Amino acid sequence: MSDDARTLKPVDVVVVGGGWAGSIMAKEMTEAGRTVVMLERGPDRSTAGEGAYPASIDELEGNFRYKLFQDLSKNTVTIRNNANQTALPYRRMAAFLPGEGVGGAGLHWSGVHFRMPPDDLRLRSRVIEKYGAKFIPEGMNLQDYGVTYEELEPFFDKAEKVFGTSGEAYKVNGQVVGQGNVFSPSRSDHFPLPPLKDVYTAHLFRKAAAEVGFHPYSLPAANASQQYTNPYGVQMGPCNFCGYCSGYACYMYSKASPNVNILPVLRRHPLFELRANCHVLKVERDSTGTRATGVTYTDAEGKVVTQPAEMVILTAFQFHNVRLMLLSGIGKPYDPVKNEGVVGRNFVYQNVTTSVVWLDPKVETNQYIGAGGGGVAFDDFNSENFDHGPLGFVGGSPVWVNQAGVKAIAGAHSGGPPGTPRWGSAWKAGMIDTYRHSLRIDAHGANMAYRDVYLDLDPTWKDAYGQPLLRMTFDWKDNDIRMNRYVVDRIGDVAKAMGARNVHLTRREFGKPFDTRQYQTTHLGGGAVMGTDPQTSALNRYMQSWDVHNVFVIGANAFPQGTGYNPTGMVAALAYWAAHHIRTTYLAHPGPLAG
Amino acid sequence: MQGLAGVAACGTVSGTGAAAPPKPYMPVFFNAAEWNFLLAACDRLIPADANGPGALALNVPRFIDQQMTTPYAQGAQWYMAAPFVQGPDNLGYQLPYPPRDLYRHGIAGMNAHATTRHAKPFAALAPDVQDDLLRAAEGGRLVFGDVPSAAFFDQLLANVMEGAFSDPIHGGNTGLGGWAMLGFPGARADFMDWVDRYGAHYPLGSVSITGETA
Ligand SMILES: Cc1cc2nc3c(=O)[nH]c(=O)nc-3n(C[C@H](O)[C@H](O)[C@H](O)COP(=O)(O)OP(=O)(O)OC[C@H]3O[C@@H](n4cnc5c(N)ncnc54)[C@H](O)[C@@H]3O)c2cc1C
Ligand code: SF4
Repeated sequence: MSDDARTLKPVDVVVVGGGWAGSIMAKEMTEAGRTVVMLERGPDRSTAGEGAYPASIDELEGNFRYKLFQDLSKNTVTIRNNANQTALPYRRMAAFLPGEGVGGAGLHWSGVHFRMPPDDLRLRSRVIEKYGAKFIPEGMNLQDYGVTYEELEPFFDKAEKVFGTSGEAYKVNGQVVGQGNVFSPSRSDHFPLPPLKDVYTAHLFRKAAAEVGFHPYSLPAANASQQYTNPYGVQMGPCNFCGYCSGYACYMYSKASPNVNILPVLRRHPLFELRANCHVLKVERDSTGTRATGVTYTDAEGKVVTQPAEMVILTAFQFHNVRLMLLSGIGKPYDPVKNEGVVGRNFVYQNVTTSVVWLDPKVETNQYIGAGGGGVAFDDFNSENFDHGPLGFVGGSPVWVNQAGVKAIAGAHSGGPPGTPRWGSAWKAGMIDTYRHSLRIDAHGANMAYRDVYLDLDPTWKDAYGQPLLRMTFDWKDNDIRMNRYVVDRIGDVAKAMGARNVHLTRREFGKPFDTRQYQTTHLGGGAVMGTDPQTSALNRYMQSWDVHNVFVIGANAFPQGTGYNPTGMVAALAYWAAHHIRTTYLAHPGPLAG
Repeated sequence: MQGLAGVAACGTVSGTGAAAPPKPYMPVFFNAAEWNFLLAACDRLIPADANGPGALALNVPRFIDQQMTTPYAQGAQWYMAAPFVQGPDNLGYQLPYPPRDLYRHGIAGMNAHATTRHAKPFAALAPDVQDDLLRAAEGGRLVFGDVPSAAFFDQLLANVMEGAFSDPIHGGNTGLGGWAMLGFPGARADFMDWVDRYGAHYPLGSVSITGETA
C-alpha cells in the first residue's frame, strides 16, 4: 500500500460490493448491531432515478449502450479457450454483462428466482449412488456443496419473502398443494405471491409440453404479480409485463432489486454507511496472514484509502470475488498442472442455447410483451429428474419459454430463419415474419466443472488501477455438449406439438469453441467454491475462507459446478445462511466455523 | 454538401403515406465523401420495399452521424488498453480502433476498393455492384490496411439496425416507421390488460419517449 494512503476510523464490517449479496449481508449485520460500511465501485443508483418513465424505456441505452452495466474501459477480464492460447481482453460487452453501481446487476436483472434442486447440492454423491464413480468423466471435478436442501430451506423461504416472489408451489410441508413443478422439493410455505399470468407464447408452450407428456410449471419470478409489502416493510407494485425488464430498472417497482427491496431500509439505518464510487483494490491482512485487517480502496476522488474492519465480506460478484481473493493472497491459487490450490478452481458458466419456433403467419406472438422472470418451464430433463445411465452424461437442463420482452433492435439483429441474409429486402421480410410470428425456447443447461477450466490472474493486461485483469480459461466439453443436444431434441418434440410451421433447433456443436462475441448469460459460477474439504474448496460450508477466518465470500463463486437454474435465488439463500451462522456463532466466537 | 444531403431528403418514402420532406441534415462527423458512402450503403442495407420504409426515410445516416459524437463512438465503454494482439475470431474484437476510427478507415477502404476496381466511388456504383461490395466486406474478403473489412461491416450494420429501430429521440426511426413495420409498440411498456388476450391483435400503435405516435 502506498505511503500517502489515508487510514479511516475502524468499523465492524466492510462489505465489498452493493448488489444482492452485499445488501443482504449489510442488512443482516446491522440487524446484529454491527457498524457496516458498504463500498461500491460504481455510482449510486435508485429506481426513482434510473427507472424513471419514459426516459428509462430506451432500448438503445439499456441493451446496446449498456447504461447500467460494468464500465469495461476500467476493468475487464481476458479469455481463452485453453491453456495453450494467449488469453485476450474481453473488450466489448457481449457474452456476459456484469453489473455495476448500487444494486449491482440486481437493479437490472430479469427476476427468474429459483431454489437449488436438492440433488444438485450433492451432485457428486448422487451420481455415484445412481451410476457409480466410473460414470464421472475423466477431468470432471464433480463436487457436493457441503450443505443440504433441508438446511437451506428456511433461507430460500426468507429470500423469496424479501424478493416478493411470484410462483406456484407443488408441495408445502410434504402435501401436494398446487400445480407447481412436480420435481421441486417440499417447501415450508407457499410463494409469497401467486404466479404471473402466462404470456401467449408461454401459454402455447405449456399446452404443448403437457401434450407431449412433460410437466410444465410457472417460472418462479421475482416480478410481483400483485401489490406486496416485504418483511422489511418496503412495497412493490404489480408487474405490467412492460417488456423492458432485463437490462432496465423497473419503473413499476415490481421487479425485486436491492434498491427497492432492501436498500431503502438499510440507507436509513444509523449503523450503515454506503460509499459509492469506491473501488476496492485489496483485502489487507495482519502479519500472520490469517486475519484480515480491512480493505484498501480508491475513492471517488481517486485517493487511496484504507478502511480497517473486524470482518470483511466480499460480495463483488462471482469473478470479482475470485479476483479480489487472488489479489489479496486469500487462499491458495489454483494450479491446473499440479492440480493443487483452490482459488480459481471449478470455474463454470451456463450451458444455454435458444431455439426458435415459427407459428402460423396468422398467429401474432407479441414478443414485446413479457416480464424478465415470467414464463413456463419443464424440468423433466433437469438435475437428476431423469435417468442419465443410458445417456452417459452428467447434468441436465430445464427447458422454458421465458419471454422477457423482445424489442425492436434485438428483433432486427436476430433477423430471419437461418440462411436468411443479414440485410437487404430478404432480411427485412424474414425478420418481420420472425418478429411477429415466432417464439423462443431455451435449454438452460448446467455446465460441469473441469480440471482445465479455471480462473487466474492475467500476465499482461491491467485494469485502470494497474492491477492484473482476471484471466478466464474456458471451453465447452463433450459431456456438456451431449447433454445440450439431447435436451434440445426434446424441444423439437414440443415444437411439433405446437404445430410449428418451421423450427430452428440450436444445439451446441462439437469442436465449436466458446464464443465471447455472442450473448449467452451472466450466470458465471465457481472459482472460489464452498465445500467440506479445504483441498477442493476455497470456502467452508458457511462461505468463510478456510485460511482467513474473518473473510466471508458470498456469490455464485461458491457453486462447485453449474446448475440448470439461474443463480440468484441460491446466492441470496447462501447469504442468509452465512449471515445466520455469523450472527448465531461467529460474532460471539470469531474463528473458523468448520474445522 | 447540399446535394449530398439531398439524397437523404429524397430517400424513398414509406408505403404508409408520404410525410413532409425531412429537412436536409448536415453531418457533423462525416465529411462529404464519407457521407455519400453512408447514404448509399444504408440504402442497400435497409432498402425501401413493400415491407416498409428504408434506412434513408428512417434517417439512419443522421442517427449514425449523431452517435459519432457520443462517448460510445470514441470507445469510452470499451476496454482499449494495449497491447492489441490479434487472435481467433471467437475471442472477440481486438483492434485499437473505436467506432469513429472504424468508420474512417472502413469508408476510405471501401471507396478506395471501389475506385480501383470500378473507377468510381462506392456511391456512384450500380446497386447490384454495391451489394457485391458490401457482401465482400461482410465476408471479410477485403482488407483496409489493418482493419479487416468484416470488423467495419459489422460496426456499420449494427449501427444501421440501431438507427432504424431505436427511439427517434436518437435521430433515426423517423415517424416510428421502423417500429410500425415490426408491429412494435415502442415505449408503451404497459400490457397489464393485454397479457392474456391470447392471439388477439394488439390494437394500439407505437409511441415514442417524447409521445410521438404512429
Ligand atoms: C441482464 C441480466 C439478467 C439476469 N437475470 C437473472 C435472472 O433472471 N435470474 C437470476 O437468478 N439471475 C439473473 N442474473 C444474474 C444476477 O443478476 C446475479 O446473479 C446477481 O445480481 C448477483 O448478485 P451479486 O450481489 O453476487 O453481484 P452483483 O449484483 O454483480 O453486485 C456486485 C457489486 O459489486 C461491485 N464491485 C465489484 N468489484 C468491486 C470492487 N473491487 N470494489 C467495490 N465494488 C465492487 C459491482 O460494481 C457490483 O455492483 C442476471 C444478470 C444480468 C446481467
Ligand atoms: S416486466 Fe414487470 S418487473 Fe420487469 S421491468 Fe416491466 S413492470 Fe418491472
